[in-house]
Amino acid sequence: MTLPLPDQPSLPPSVPALSLRGIAKRFGGKIAVDGISLDVPSGSFFGIVGPNGAGKTTMLSMATGLLRPDFGTALVQGMDVWAHPLEAKRLMGILPDGVRLFDRLTGEQLVTYAGLLRGMDRAVVSLRVRELLEALDLTQDAGTLVVDYSAGMTKKIALASALIHAPRVLVLDEPFESVDPISAANIRDILDRYVASGGTVIVSSHVMDLVQRMCDHVAVVAAGRLLAAGTVDEVRAGASLEDRFVQLVGGRSKTEGLEWLRTF
Amino acid sequence: MVAHLLRLKLTLLRNSFRRSPWQLIGLAIGGLYALGIAGICAVALILLRSAEVELAQTFVVLGGAAAVVGWAVFPVVASAVDMTLDPARFTTFSVPMPRLLAGLALGGLIGIPGLATAIVALSTVGTWWRGPVGPMAALAGAVLGVLTCIVLSRVVTTATAGLASSRRFKDASSLVFMIPLILLGPLAAVVTRGIAESADFLPGFARTLSWTPLGAAWSLGGDVSAGNPGAAVLKLLIALATLGGLTWCWKVLLERALVSPPYAGSSRRKGGHLGLFSFFPATPAGAVTARALTYWLRDPRYSGSLVVIPLLPVLMYFQGSQTGDYGVLTVIGPLTAFMLAWAISADVSYDNTAFALHLASGVRGLDDRLGRATACLVFALPVTVAFSIFPFMVTQDWIRLPGVVGFSLGILLTGLGLASVVSARYTVAVPLPGDSPFKKPPGNVAQTLGVQFGGMGVLLLLVSPEGVLLLLEIVTGDPLFGWINLAVGPLLGLVMFGTGVRLGGKWLDTRGPELLAQLSVNR
Repeated sequence: MTLPLPDQPSLPPSVPALSLRGIAKRFGGKIAVDGISLDVPSGSFFGIVGPNGAGKTTMLSMATGLLRPDFGTALVQGMDVWAHPLEAKRLMGILPDGVRLFDRLTGEQLVTYAGLLRGMDRAVVSLRVRELLEALDLTQDAGTLVVDYSAGMTKKIALASALIHAPRVLVLDEPFESVDPISAANIRDILDRYVASGGTVIVSSHVMDLVQRMCDHVAVVAAGRLLAAGTVDEVRAGASLEDRFVQLVGGRSKTEGLEWLRTF
Repeated sequence: MVAHLLRLKLTLLRNSFRRSPWQLIGLAIGGLYALGIAGICAVALILLRSAEVELAQTFVVLGGAAAVVGWAVFPVVASAVDMTLDPARFTTFSVPMPRLLAGLALGGLIGIPGLATAIVALSTVGTWWRGPVGPMAALAGAVLGVLTCIVLSRVVTTATAGLASSRRFKDASSLVFMIPLILLGPLAAVVTRGIAESADFLPGFARTLSWTPLGAAWSLGGDVSAGNPGAAVLKLLIALATLGGLTWCWKVLLERALVSPPYAGSSRRKGGHLGLFSFFPATPAGAVTARALTYWLRDPRYSGSLVVIPLLPVLMYFQGSQTGDYGVLTVIGPLTAFMLAWAISADVSYDNTAFALHLASGVRGLDDRLGRATACLVFALPVTVAFSIFPFMVTQDWIRLPGVVGFSLGILLTGLGLASVVSARYTVAVPLPGDSPFKKPPGNVAQTLGVQFGGMGVLLLLVSPEGVLLLLEIVTGDPLFGWINLAVGPLLGLVMFGTGVRLGGKWLDTRGPELLAQLSVNR
């Protein structure tokens, strides 16, 4: 863990919403996450960007108690995720990427199930399910089995399941993938209001524009390492986030060659 | 192009082994089994060479016709057709249609079913090695027959592709297919008895079939050997016309399928019906129970076993009526108890990565275990009791009833307890969510067998007190042991149930993430 910590000048004095310390994971011979330390300030809208296979999902899985790290610790609101998993998970709403859902339930049943699993009251669950489905434009399909949903609808119903218990910290892995622009705008509104009222949102994405517009903080991850972290303005340093990202990550191939592609 | 497609198919096959050596072992076992059966058939066909022409002809034609029907029916009902060379994936490549057809047809031969069919079909050449022309006619017939099988199966799958991609059809067909499979034994017994009673039925049936597209190709060798060249020529024409017609159908269907991909749409439905979630308490354990029960009803991988259960008494009753001894019926109580209890030993494996929701929600392991076991118990308890009583209504020999009920309940409760521990610790290879229950599951076959047999061994040990009591009752004939069993079975079972749920819950709490990691390998 010789990686120098990136500059984090604007850390508020309060407890960070998520705090990773030297977290690392190896799969067989491949090091997926190579000792990442990161603080997500409470009340921030935090974007995590990185190329495909950078270790974003692995990192978030370890931060949310889904994947046990080989090294390092993860604290949510000061609560150690791996020492007190049940308490820490109560604080978090998680939208994991690449896992299945209980898709033989209807959309309404699935979100209700997520609420009841959290030990919530039936009346509260029922009210929130209705409002969530309304907000995410799924009311018309509430009784359809999730297995018959489109990819975007599946993403939205998973998001609803993550929101149902009003968590302090939301960890969303690729929440906008295959979601239509109108639903995406609705989701952004919901998340903005959530952050405005003191919640913390952590999203991973590889759509730079989206992160630049939506988030106030950003971390750049590549090859399992943290390349930069801080407020969006600090990280992009005057350039657009996309250009800065390409500059940090590298690997942009020269667009010469492929001359034959213009010969038709 | 044809060579390209064949090479593609082989590469796909080879690469599928790279994922894990266990896949290779699984295929080797399956291959040995299929090739073994094919080998036995081939040897039998060659031995038929010394049989009378009519007998041999009957066997060859009936077997061939059955193969054709099998190739047409099986891929649809089992929704397990080999789609590695799905024509829809070639839409963007503008492959000339004749070459695509030839490549796909020959590609169908690569794989266990294709190879086995080809081997058996080619063995008919041996059957008709009786003159100079017979083998040649048989060879032509075999080639035509095998091609007919493959093209027919492609026609059927292409025609039903729209149907087969609808989830409802997939679910229903795999369930309906279960029923004849379970009743295969009794059905076969009835059919063979019927056939034995009318000995000349089969040859006549084969003669008729040989004039239809199903049997024409297979009868060529026999007709030539019997000295009917005229009939052979006519049947050759029938077989050629069949293959030609089927190929034309396939071409037309494929042309249409390539420009209009199947759309698996379904109607939208408004909410308001929470189903079973309204009936169970609004606690984590209650929610898990409601979810698990919903799956027992909606997921064909679960409901498949529910379809089997009511057929068990039918099966056993039939067995009894054959021998006149209904004593064997008493087995169904304990057997059902075991089957239902053990069904949840793969519960988490059936969830696959959807289990992440439980993990992310911080569900206590105890609630998870208790919910799943209760869901099974809700219907397994009445069914087990009813099935324990049913045999005695037939035999009217009520003296053994208490012992059998105690034994069955002991097995059910102990089995649920043990299954709760097993599924918290070990994953087994099961069909993925949405797949047909018949599909070969991905994952580690050796571990699956180890877990299943190891678990059953432990279960045998755990229910040994009840077993000993039952044996004592049978040996001594003293009904007192039966009454003791009625008390010991449920009591000991409840202790095991409680211990199992508790221990499984504890393991789940400590090893949840590792379990999820194991699950995400099998997808």
